[in-house]
Amino acid sequence: MQPSDQVFVLLKHWLVGRSPAVMQPGVSILLTIVPILLIFPVLFAVTTVLERKGLGRIQNRYGPNRVGPYGILQPLADGLKSLTKEDIVPSSADRTVHFLAPLVLLAVAFLPYAVLPMGRNMVAVNLDSGVLFFFAIGAISELSVFMAGWSSRNKYSLLGAMRAVAQMISYEVPLLLSSIAVIMAAGSLSTVEIVEKQSGFSGIFPHWYVLTPWGFAGFILFMIAATAETNRSPFDLPEGESEIIAGYYIEYSGFKFALFFLGEYLGMFAISGLGITLFLGGWSAPLPFLTWVPSWIWFFGKLLGLIIGFIWVRGTLPRLRMDQLMNFAWKFMLPMALVVVVSAGAWRFLPQGVTRWLVSMVFIAAAYVLLARGVETRNKIAKRTYRFAE
Amino acid sequence: MSAPFIILAAVTLVGACAAMLLRGLVHCALALAVAFAGIGALYLNLGAQFLGLAQLLVYVGAIAVLIVFVVLLTRGGDSDSPPLSPAPRQFTGILVAGAIFAILAWAIFHSFAIHTPGMPAPQATIRQLGAALMESYALPLEVIGLMLTAALIGAVIVAMKEKQGTQ
Repeated sequence: MQPSDQVFVLLKHWLVGRSPAVMQPGVSILLTIVPILLIFPVLFAVTTVLERKGLGRIQNRYGPNRVGPYGILQPLADGLKSLTKEDIVPSSADRTVHFLAPLVLLAVAFLPYAVLPMGRNMVAVNLDSGVLFFFAIGAISELSVFMAGWSSRNKYSLLGAMRAVAQMISYEVPLLLSSIAVIMAAGSLSTVEIVEKQSGFSGIFPHWYVLTPWGFAGFILFMIAATAETNRSPFDLPEGESEIIAGYYIEYSGFKFALFFLGEYLGMFAISGLGITLFLGGWSAPLPFLTWVPSWIWFFGKLLGLIIGFIWVRGTLPRLRMDQLMNFAWKFMLPMALVVVVSAGAWRFLPQGVTRWLVSMVFIAAAYVLLARGVETRNKIAKRTYRFAE
Repeated sequence: MSAPFIILAAVTLVGACAAMLLRGLVHCALALAVAFAGIGALYLNLGAQFLGLAQLLVYVGAIAVLIVFVVLLTRGGDSDSPPLSPAPRQFTGILVAGAIFAILAWAIFHSFAIHTPGMPAPQATIRQLGAALMESYALPLEVIGLMLTAALIGAVIVAMKEKQGTQ
């Protein structure tokens, strides 16, 4: 372990050691929390530029290019704009709940980072039940979305909130089930232990769970459910700007709107972080000769990779319809996730070797083909023919 | 009594009182969620991680959302203040609450945990809980699973029947 790997840990220990003995626990807590509160909003700023640039490129335009070189200072301008805008609260709104909703959302968006290991020895709290903590906190965000939608006294808001809550509850099931597969394989709920189980290499391949048949299927399911859980395109029906204008934050303006935006992106980063922890080996290096690169670089590199994936998906896929969304969750994602759990169990108890690869693969492939066939025939899905736009 | 305990207890009590006293039904439901979250945090504070997180996941994440939905779908959350129940009912309510409090207090003050000082707090890790559920309590777990499945199927059937009737 080189010093570059542990630079932040060593820095924290040094700073704590320099402070007077009475203040040491406080300083230690502060030095754990403040970096999280700083780094992820900065990452949010970077992501907004990246997203607008990327979407621009996908849609054959430049994207923001006026503020600063190549438009990289755009988030600064956006932040100033939202700070100086008037904060409008509808006269019929429930003022207290309307005010509290963005605060609850933001607080809940920051909490999951407590259990994400962002590098070797870089986790705020090593909870015995870290994954459970993550999902327990995530469940509260549904309530904050409802608070925002209900307190605005706007039909579109309420519709958006209802859609959001229904969607989040539906997709939480496959999200949890695909994580259960990993928890079964690792035999632990602690995020740190799950990452440690995935370190090490056989040949040049790391022991990441995504490189097993059930892990691959689980990772895809997890990321689809994560997209739905964070209300991102193509599952952005709760916002649906062409149907219900902006959903549950239609009546929020100025900095409160920015807080919602921030909360949504923080949720996306957190759930990507959990995906990295569960399936992509956390902070471990992808190839054995790359272990000299500091662990935190790997974590944030993987995070950026997943963010770029999210942006790409947003730029390429159209939005789903509500019934399609629900059908997909309950008729395809849920049974598929159950099969992934069974397949992970088979993987756990079969002896190492070709057999378990075959068994696991057959499980996943058969379930995928059968479910896809079933959904196709039941819903009479055929290749779409265009009558007027040929 | 430590400071975290006092803060969490205050949050829980304020949430519970607000759930009783507020007039708007949605406000009551949200206050109830605060009380649930406070209880979950109290469990965490006492070192019962699994219980605390399950409390958050089930009560705040599911039951509070369910209550809020029910309020919205049945009588409109913004209906004017429902009148408080008349005085005789209040009296019975106080009587029942007092009786329950007395029983709980009696049970706590006579529990063996208080009378054996220096007894180490039992450490129940998630691993132990899981092993217990899968080994010594496997049958109850299976029975509960079966019952929940039956309830789930029953709920789906009830919902389906209603839909066919209206069409």
